[in-house]
Amino acid sequence: MDIQEYFSLVFSDYTLRTITLGTAILGAVTGMLGSFAVLRKQSLLGDAISHAALPGIAISFLITGAKDSNTLLLGALVSGLIGTFWIRGIITKTHLKSDTALGLILSLFFGFGMLLLTFIQKQPNANQAGLDKYLFGQAATLVESDVWMMAIVTGICLFVLLLFWKEFKILLFDKDYAKTLGFNTKTIDILITSFIVLAIVLGLQTVGVVLMSAMLLAPAAAARQWTNSLATMVFLAALFGAFSGVFGTAISASQNNLSTGPVIVLVAAVFVFVSFIFSPSRGLLFKQIRFIKNRRDLQLHKTLAFMYNIAETHDDISHPHEIKILNNFQGFTKGTLKKLVEKDYVTLQGSTWSLTNEGFKSASNLYNQLTKNDE
Amino acid sequence: MSDKIAVQVDDLTVAYNYKPVLWDIDLEIPEGVLMAIVGPNGAGKSTLIKSILGILKPIAGSVSIYGKSYDKQRSLVAYVPQKGSVDWDFPTTALDVVMMGTYGSLGWIKRPRQKQKKAALEALEKVGMLPFKNRQISQLSGGQQQRIFLARALVQDASIYFMDEPFQGVDATTEIAIINILKELRKAGKTVIVVHHDLQTVPEYFDWVTFLNVKKIATGPVKDIFNDDNLTKTYGINYKVSIQE
Repeated sequence: MDIQEYFSLVFSDYTLRTITLGTAILGAVTGMLGSFAVLRKQSLLGDAISHAALPGIAISFLITGAKDSNTLLLGALVSGLIGTFWIRGIITKTHLKSDTALGLILSLFFGFGMLLLTFIQKQPNANQAGLDKYLFGQAATLVESDVWMMAIVTGICLFVLLLFWKEFKILLFDKDYAKTLGFNTKTIDILITSFIVLAIVLGLQTVGVVLMSAMLLAPAAAARQWTNSLATMVFLAALFGAFSGVFGTAISASQNNLSTGPVIVLVAAVFVFVSFIFSPSRGLLFKQIRFIKNRRDLQLHKTLAFMYNIAETHDDISHPHEIKILNNFQGFTKGTLKKLVEKDYVTLQGSTWSLTNEGFKSASNLYNQLTKNDE
Repeated sequence: MSDKIAVQVDDLTVAYNYKPVLWDIDLEIPEGVLMAIVGPNGAGKSTLIKSILGILKPIAGSVSIYGKSYDKQRSLVAYVPQKGSVDWDFPTTALDVVMMGTYGSLGWIKRPRQKQKKAALEALEKVGMLPFKNRQISQLSGGQQQRIFLARALVQDASIYFMDEPFQGVDATTEIAIINILKELRKAGKTVIVVHHDLQTVPEYFDWVTFLNVKKIATGPVKDIFNDDNLTKTYGINYKVSIQE
C-alpha cells in the first residue's frame, strides 16, 4: 500500500480509520499538555512518568490475568501517579535536585517493570504474550473503544484547560506571585500534573513507554519556535502532535507496516527540526541571516564614520581620498565603498572616493541613531 | 505617615534547613512610610518579605496586615518579586504580564475583561511602558522588565507594596523613574517596603529604614537611625566580602 492508497482508504477502512483517529487525538492531547511541561522546565517528567507506568501494567495483568487494555492502563495510571508523587516528594523533602529525582524514579520503576515482565513471560499462561508491546507501542491494537476513551479524556482536558487558563498561565510564569494573589498553587500544580500523567498513560498502547515523552516534548518544542503567545503555542503544539500522529500512521501503514510509534516520533522530530531552522524569529537560519546583515551594516557604518571623521578635518566635505588611505587605516574593502556609492553616500571619481553631502548628513546622525535605539 | 500600623511582625523565625535565616523578628511598619530593608547578602531580606506574604512558611511567629491575618487582607497587598525569579522567555506580552495583577481580584475561573485591560494599560502608561505593550517580554531590556513588574503591582491597587530589589540591574534613568513612582505612592498614603542594596541612596530615597542581619538590628526613621553605629552592627567591619545569598 502506498501513501495515496492509504489516504483513499483512511475514510472507508475501519482499522485504518480507528488507528489514524487514535494517533491524531493522542498527538493533539500530548502536544497540548506537553506545552505546559516544556514551559515548566519539566521536560523529563514525561519520560519518568511513562517509565514509571510499566510496573503498573505488569501488576494489573498479574492481578486480573486479563489483557483488556483499559484494565492495564488503569494500573499504568496508578503506578504513573505514584511515581510522580514520589518524584515531587524527593524534590521537596530532600536536597536532591529534580534531575536526580527523575532519573532515580525512572530507572527504579522501569527496572521493576522489566523484572515483572520477564517474570510474567516465564508463567505457564498462554495469555501472557504481547505485554511487551507496551514497551514500544503498537498502534494496530487500537480499537474503537480506545479511541473513544482518548477522545473523552481529550475533551475533559480541553475543558479544564479553558476553564483554568488564567490560573495555569500565572502558575507557569510566576508561581510565587500567584501564591500571593491567593491562588492555591498546589491544586493547580496537581491538576496539570495529573492531566500530563493521564495523557501519557493513554499513549502507552500506541507509542509505548520508551518513546512516549517525545510525543509530549517534540510538538511543544516545535510550536514554541513559531509564536510568542501561550495560547497559540498550545494550539500549534496540538496541531503538530495531531499531524505527527496522522503522517506517522500513514507512513507506517504504507511502508510495509513499520512500527507506528517510532515513525510518529520521527515525524514529530521532523517538525522540531524544521521549526528550529526555519522559524522567522527564533530559527537558526534567519538568526544567521540577521547576524550577517548586521555585521555588513556595521561595516558600512564604520567606513562612513571613518570618512566622516576625515571630512571633518577638511573644509571641503567631498574632499576625495585614494582608496589606499582608506584601506591603510582600517582595511576597508572596495566592496563596502561600492555599497556606499549605491546609497549615494559616497561618489567615485577616477580612483578617489569622496563623501557626498547626503553621506555626511547621514554619518553625522549615525551616533545619534545608535544611542536612540539603545534603550 | 499616620499612627496606624500597616504591617506587624511578631517573633518571626524562619529556617530553610537547620540554620535559621530569620531569628525572632519583631517589626512594626507604620502606615504611609517608604521603607528600605537593608542588610548584607544572606541577611534574610527577601525571606522576610516572602514570609510576610505567605510564600514561605515560618517555623514560628505571626504577621498581621492592619491587624488581621494576611489571608484576609490579601487585596490590600501587592508584591514585586525579584526580576530574576521568572523566566523572561515565557511566551507572553508586556500587557499580558501586567494583566496578571488583576487576577487576584478576579479570583478563580473569571477572565479579565475590558475593565481589567483598561487598568493594565493605565499602569503601563504610569511606568512609561505603553509603547511596548505588545512586546514579547524577552525583547525588553532589564530596566523595562522591572517596570513591567512594577506596573503589575500598581494594577493591584493595593495599600501596601512589597518590592524585592526593584533597582537591581536597572540604569540610572529607570531608577529615577521607579523611585518617583514609589514617592508618588507614598504621597497617596500607601506604604512601600523595598529590599534595597545601595546604602548611598537610602537617605535620599527613603524616610524609614530597617537594618536586618538574620536578627533585626534597628528600625525607624532614616534621619534618626541611619548612622555608622547601625551600619557597623549590620554589616560588620568588612561587610563588602559578605557571604553569598
